[in-house]
Amino acid sequence: MAEMEGLRVLSESEIAEIHEAALAVLAECGVFVDSPRALEHLAAKGATVDSATGRVRIPPALVEGALGGCPSWFTLYDRDGGEAFRVGGREVHFATGSCAIRYQEGREVRPSLAEDLVRLAVVTDALPQVEVQSTAVVAGEAPKTLADTYRLYLVLKHSPKPVITGAFSEKGLFDMRALLDAATGGRTGEAPCAIFDVCPSPPLKWTAISAANVMDAAAARLPVEFVSMPMPGAASPVTLAGSVVVHTAETLSGIVLAQTVRRGAPVVWGGAPVGFDMRYGTTPLSAVEATLIAVATAQMGKHYGLPTHTYAALSDAKVLDAQAGAETALSGALAALARINLIAGVGALDFVGTQSSEKLVLDAEVCGMIQRALRGVEVSPETLARDLITELGPGGDYLSQKHTRGHFRSETCVPGLVIDRLDRKGWEGKGGLDASARAKERVAAILADHRPRALEPERAGKLDAAMRRVMADAGCGSLPFVGEG
Amino acid sequence: MEDDLKSLHEAVLVADEDAALKETRRLLEAGADPRTILETGLAAAMFELGQRWNRGEAFLPEVVAAADVFRLCGELVEPALAARGEKQARHLMVIGTVKGDLHDLGKNIVAALLRTAGFEVRDLGKDVPAERFVEAVRELRPKILGLSALLTTTMLEQKTVIEALAGAGLRPAVKVIVGGAPVTAQWAREIGADAYAANAPQAIEVALGLVGGAASGGGGGGVGG
Repeated sequence: MAEMEGLRVLSESEIAEIHEAALAVLAECGVFVDSPRALEHLAAKGATVDSATGRVRIPPALVEGALGGCPSWFTLYDRDGGEAFRVGGREVHFATGSCAIRYQEGREVRPSLAEDLVRLAVVTDALPQVEVQSTAVVAGEAPKTLADTYRLYLVLKHSPKPVITGAFSEKGLFDMRALLDAATGGRTGEAPCAIFDVCPSPPLKWTAISAANVMDAAAARLPVEFVSMPMPGAASPVTLAGSVVVHTAETLSGIVLAQTVRRGAPVVWGGAPVGFDMRYGTTPLSAVEATLIAVATAQMGKHYGLPTHTYAALSDAKVLDAQAGAETALSGALAALARINLIAGVGALDFVGTQSSEKLVLDAEVCGMIQRALRGVEVSPETLARDLITELGPGGDYLSQKHTRGHFRSETCVPGLVIDRLDRKGWEGKGGLDASARAKERVAAILADHRPRALEPERAGKLDAAMRRVMADAGCGSLPFVGEG
Repeated sequence: MEDDLKSLHEAVLVADEDAALKETRRLLEAGADPRTILETGLAAAMFELGQRWNRGEAFLPEVVAAADVFRLCGELVEPALAARGEKQARHLMVIGTVKGDLHDLGKNIVAALLRTAGFEVRDLGKDVPAERFVEAVRELRPKILGLSALLTTTMLEQKTVIEALAGAGLRPAVKVIVGGAPVTAQWAREIGADAYAANAPQAIEVALGLVGGAASGGGGGGVGG
């Protein structure tokens, strides 16, 4: 089988030009860092820091040195210590979108609650095509000060799958680490089951919280995923190449911050490129230019030998309609063909502001098809089946052959019932449902039948205790799903 | 004179800063009524652009640039108005992105569109501490204060600003609108804001609603009508 070439939109010399431009931006213009602690640290490590203005200029040697310290892959584990997969190389894995504030069922949209995040965790757990869950929605019941920790609590409690998450405050990261330690039996450092998204503020700025999160996560060996968000024509140049330069410069500055705190700390070259609609001022993540930027930035990340991530396989549509399917499949397929290691966004609608379990089950089918496409066409004497073809001759019946029975499962992606492949009569007999109606049925079936592997009782008790400590700190008496002491 | 006003109108529409400033100066030197320049030349152009934007015919880079030209020309007209004992009759809105938050794009769009809707806008910028909002409300006496926050981490600061206004005894003096990606109507209620806007067009609608439907305060009264 030919190794399927990755999709490339930049030539080697163009990659070199972007790299040079980004280094020049970092050296001449620099980034703004709103954190005295990070400024002091970066100054000590060789950056030129103007503490009055918060501007940090980073010499090329410091960038190259930091890049040299980054691992090119790391192993992600599940909550219970089992190896999930390697993040890096040519592997592609899908994850749910991770920053929604609304939950949607059918056309009904509401501010998300704890029960919605639990639903998403259970549904994700049931979908083998979605290998990573995320703290997909905020739970409206939680006070803002512990909303990040509570999200993580809920997903750790309800599915063993590895998690993409993020902290909302400096303290949040430590509270979340305490939860991870409780759930994994103290193995957070050597067997990470959570990746922390940290976002620079485009263009070229780091808030105090983001800068602190990078430093603290790196120190604790928690994998950091830099999610730079170029926004062509608004927060980065309107030209796609210019946006890639801003993304590269922002991400490199994050890598310098992480690697100078702890050399070898696992990092992911991530991103959430968006379009900027010049009519409405909205930021469509499914704009085709955003996907092109994702492919280009991933090429930069791969050039640096780093694991890569992007937001894709999602939609800006408001309901589960044709637009939702088209955007999800197009951006998901392009990102996967570019061999971006982590593709986050499945289940998301409305500029990642909304998560839907119904969309999630439909997207899982898309992910399955994409994974099958990536496997390509295997060619061997066994798959060529020359002898079989000759033996059966013209008019041969392959259905009854052992060769067919032996290979059909591995050769074919058999979609679930959300994807309709009945004949018309059969489809009509099943009620003539469209994809969104079938997705609704599938979600109901999963929620009725699927029981994720439970957290081992002793660790569950420790996780509850850790959550209750964070709640007590915040003066919060009780929250849904948090067991009594 | 009519032609000059038309050229000014055109210049603002296409955001030709040099031409618009030149026309404004020429009109002032020729002794044109500053209120006519402001309303027939400048504000009408912004209104028209706002209409075009609503119809999907104008694009944000054009609106933002025109709003900037409008502001600069307005500053030229202001002294002439003041010399006649008048002030801009438009409602004043103070707007800013809260402390800790470095995102000001959404806020800038809202400010530009507010200008197309006829508001006078004082933009305090980004990363604005609560005290500065309080100070601005005390000194400028705006009708409306707009607080933007893009991050889950910074939306708490909207509450801090509202509490600081209350602490300074200024809360009843101003209507507070909150907005930004993570902000919800429920959050607005929780923190005691007067209104919530989900996006820029809604911010304009809500702001107009808070001042009774028209951004011009009627008559030639003080700032904010």
